[in-house]
Amino acid sequence: MTSWLLLAAAGEPAGGLFDLDATLPLMAVQVVLLTFILNALFFRPVGRVVEEREGYITTSRAEAKQKLAQAQRLEADLKQQLRDARQQAQKLILAAEEETDLLYRQALAEALADANASREQARREIDSQRETALGQIRSDADQLGMLIVNRLLAAS
Amino acid sequence: MVPLPLALPFAALEVGQHLYWQVGNVKIHGQIFLSSWVVIGALLTFVVLGSRKLDRDPRGLQNLLEYLWGYIRDIARDYIGEKAYRDWLPFIGTLFLFIFVSNWGGALIPWKLIHLPSGELGAPTADINTTIALALLVSLAYFYAGLSRKGFRYFEYYVEPTPIMLPFKIVEDFTKPLSLSFRLFGNILADELVVAVLAFLVPLIVPLPVMFLGLFTSAIQALIFATLAAYYIGEAVHESHH
Repeated sequence: MTSWLLLAAAGEPAGGLFDLDATLPLMAVQVVLLTFILNALFFRPVGRVVEEREGYITTSRAEAKQKLAQAQRLEADLKQQLRDARQQAQKLILAAEEETDLLYRQALAEALADANASREQARREIDSQRETALGQIRSDADQLGMLIVNRLLAAS
Repeated sequence: MVPLPLALPFAALEVGQHLYWQVGNVKIHGQIFLSSWVVIGALLTFVVLGSRKLDRDPRGLQNLLEYLWGYIRDIARDYIGEKAYRDWLPFIGTLFLFIFVSNWGGALIPWKLIHLPSGELGAPTADINTTIALALLVSLAYFYAGLSRKGFRYFEYYVEPTPIMLPFKIVEDFTKPLSLSFRLFGNILADELVVAVLAFLVPLIVPLPVMFLGLFTSAIQALIFATLAAYYIGEAVHESHH
């Protein structure tokens, strides 16, 4: 194992671990060239694709968020409208019920009044007819009485 | 090459042996370039296959690529900061991917099947040249990042919070690449050596736990290198609040 160490230390012209020569600059040039080639073939195109995708995802997400917010706004709006409509309908139903009730009462009252009035009239009519009939009967009776009296007086 | 008593085909130790290529009038380590080309080829194949049809709905390899991109972006963003990380993401990412694939490639690809006249194939990061190259790139990167973003106000960093810090900060500029390069080099080389020694002593089963440990440390080293690079760049571009 020592011989290669000696070889390296001795700096023998052909060989050694630390044998620096034109390999160094040529390798540097090669790596620089590789950098440019890889930049053209790999880093630039792949970077463009990845960054485009990142941009696409960001904008899509922003758009989706915007749409979601819009949808939520619409939903809230519609819910509010629905609630208003329900309340309106409830109010209408109540009003209609009250109105029918009122109408019913009015009709009932009218009918009662009518009925009362006609009954009253009928009673009055009956009363007056009875009065007249009684008057008639009384006068008739008076006449008949007078007649009877006259006949009796005449006969005697 | 150490003369080994038992020259098993899969368990020979070679350290400090290089396959030299003559380019112009300089020498380079051929095996490092061969294996780094394999590693870079694998990386590019993976990236090209995965990014053929990039779509908003990811499928197949695109998922893995996007995961990697996100992972690297998180490192860069956490340590460099929101403002400057985009400029440095490719650099941090390349460091991470290259080191990671090199380390794992060194451990997972059966390099021994390919016989070289001298030296052996392995992780490119197990060679000090590669790691120093990477570390110096990081140094250049953070100097460039600081100077390009803040101009000469960058040097205020050296006297903050007090001028007493000046010598330490200057020393730091040297220790940063030194520690970066030696940490990576030492870890990967040590891992390869331990596996090689164990495979040489007990060829079956026994090296497996160490190999798994090696995969773990390899991944950690890639992460550490990328994270520290990002941290140094972030430190250089950081705007202190007066």
